[in-house]
Amino acid sequence: MNRTVLDLWVGVFVAIGVAAVLFLALKVGNLASANIGETYRLQANFDNIGGLKPRAPVKSSGVVVGRVTEITFDPTLYVAVVKMDVDKRYVFPRDTFATILTSGLLGEQYIGFEVGGDTEMLAAGATITKTQSAVVLEKLISQFMFNKAAESPQAPEQ
Amino acid sequence: MIARVLRSMGARTLDGLWRLGFASRFFVAVLMRSGTAFSRFSLTIREVFSTGVLSLIIIMVSGFFVGLVLGLQGYETLQRYGSSEALGILVALSLVRELGPVVAGLLFASRAGSALTAEIGLMKTTEQLKAMDMMAVDPIARVVAPRFWGGVISMPLLAALFSMMGVFGAWFIGVVFIGVDDGAFWSQMQASVDFRYDIVNGIIKSVVFGFAVSLIAVFEGYDSAPTAEGVSRAITRTVVNSALTILALDFVLTSFMFRGNG
Amino acid sequence: MSLSPPAEDILVDLKNVDFAYDTRPILSGINLRIPRGKLVAIMGGSGCGKTTLLRLIGGQLKPTAGHLTVDGQELARLSRREMYAARRRMGMLFQFGALFTDLNVFDNVAFPLREHTDLPPDMIRDLVMTKLHAVGLRGAWKLMPAELSGGMARRVALARAVALDPMLIMYDEPFAGLDPISLAVVGQLIRRLNDALGASSIMVTHDVHESLEIVDYLYFLSAGKVVAEGTPDEIRASTDPFVHQFVNAEIDGPLPFHFPGDDYRTTLMETHA
Repeated sequence: MNRTVLDLWVGVFVAIGVAAVLFLALKVGNLASANIGETYRLQANFDNIGGLKPRAPVKSSGVVVGRVTEITFDPTLYVAVVKMDVDKRYVFPRDTFATILTSGLLGEQYIGFEVGGDTEMLAAGATITKTQSAVVLEKLISQFMFNKAAESPQAPEQ
Repeated sequence: MIARVLRSMGARTLDGLWRLGFASRFFVAVLMRSGTAFSRFSLTIREVFSTGVLSLIIIMVSGFFVGLVLGLQGYETLQRYGSSEALGILVALSLVRELGPVVAGLLFASRAGSALTAEIGLMKTTEQLKAMDMMAVDPIARVVAPRFWGGVISMPLLAALFSMMGVFGAWFIGVVFIGVDDGAFWSQMQASVDFRYDIVNGIIKSVVFGFAVSLIAVFEGYDSAPTAEGVSRAITRTVVNSALTILALDFVLTSFMFRGNG
Repeated sequence: MSLSPPAEDILVDLKNVDFAYDTRPILSGINLRIPRGKLVAIMGGSGCGKTTLLRLIGGQLKPTAGHLTVDGQELARLSRREMYAARRRMGMLFQFGALFTDLNVFDNVAFPLREHTDLPPDMIRDLVMTKLHAVGLRGAWKLMPAELSGGMARRVALARAVALDPMLIMYDEPFAGLDPISLAVVGQLIRRLNDALGASSIMVTHDVHESLEIVDYLYFLSAGKVVAEGTPDEIRASTDPFVHQFVNAEIDGPLPFHFPGDDYRTTLMETHA
């Protein structure tokens, strides 16, 4: 009866299996950092959210301070309503500027807070009024083409 | 001629439905008689050993190599767009969501599943199951259920190990050999891999595959024709049916889990 | 030996039992009784339904018609739990032993004891060693089934079959594939165990001569029917053509050499036509 040796092997197997799950959770995933703890809800309206998705990070000065929880469309104002949960430890002035930014040229989109100088702070459930929409690549390109087209008639004269 | 083709197709369909019904009844019987597998847990531990521990090497080595390839190919593509720091995201998401559970499941089916089928089929061929039944010991409770649960327990652990080795393999090729920034590799990965959304869903997949493969393996063994040829056919069926089931289930699960908002 | 012992002395009683796989009849109208304490052989050619009959008595198959009682219980009416309770009092020796290949000799014999009793390990050890001693293989307790010869495997399986001191022991072709010495050893063991345990035994076999030496009563089966029965002396003296063919191993007789088919001459003519 070598039950004990077998038990040992199974024990080793289960231990490293659980260790792998922990590795995935802590090192690969964001279980450690996603643990934002207590949050409060903020809201912001954007004309165009581009490719923003739920669970996208909310960053201020590049530090993750919260996450987008819900994106809906307001049929009366014709704007996108983005709700986000922000860490309770951080409060932001009323005139904070919310911008939709892209990490890298083709990276994921996130919301960036640029802090203003107001002395009053945003309370839970408040709506950020100063927002800037996502930069839409097609618009940029067509703008660029339009400018080029405007320039080009002069070219043959030169 | 056409009538004959139709008739043989009809017969095959009928036969398939027959087996499906029998397999379902068998599954219920295994679940109902699983008491022994837990009350005498050492029986199940033995099977965790033969399905899990004995599959460790193949799973870990394959995971590492899959990671190496993913790292190399991913880097090749990403650096064209100047975003080679995203290598970590690419590798981690493909492994955790898809390749980990699916490839580990396929390997598990061909390593452990075929062994389960062979073992039970051999016990049937040599009348060991009948002998057990005559000794008033239920072969489903004593032989089938512990093997089934052993497989179910092993599979998610193996899939997690596969993913971990894959991430490590990609890190090895990307960071150590090619020179992607170490910090960017891990931090980008952690920023985009969500625990609940990506990792838990991946684990759910591997649990589902564990149930499916273990059930197919013990069923094919139990249902095999009691001859040497019958057992070898049953092993082939285990591997083929497990592979098809894993891929089909993966599609269904993916469409439920990662619809739209990924 | 009298054919009609008092009813309470009958352990296994089959009355007009029919059995068919789907629509293919295997057994029809079987009447057979096994008295307590006796060793009975069921004989017949290959494929005549002997093994099926054994599996009916063991409750692994249910008769399609007729009554089959073991120790007064009608097996077909038992629930799975009751059936298992009944089987604890039966032992069965399978054709090639059916030892568990992943357990050694000791654990094989201990298997039914460990599954069905809560005896302490040293008592199980004593019981197992007693059984192994009875079949002469006490010294082989450490061996794995793959290391045993056919005759030894059969003897270990015999020890396992009697581990729980059953009231009924069934043997499926106990002599198949054994050399003459092993065959005689197994034959003597079957007889001795039956008498020592006070059990009843049913032996399915086609080895006439060994059976005539050891059994109390024989049934002859052909094409799913009982065609002859009697004590060994009656069988030896029988003038029944079937028994005569079987005992003397004649090629042709009531049991034809040729599989039924067209007339030989017609078949040959067809190919030339």
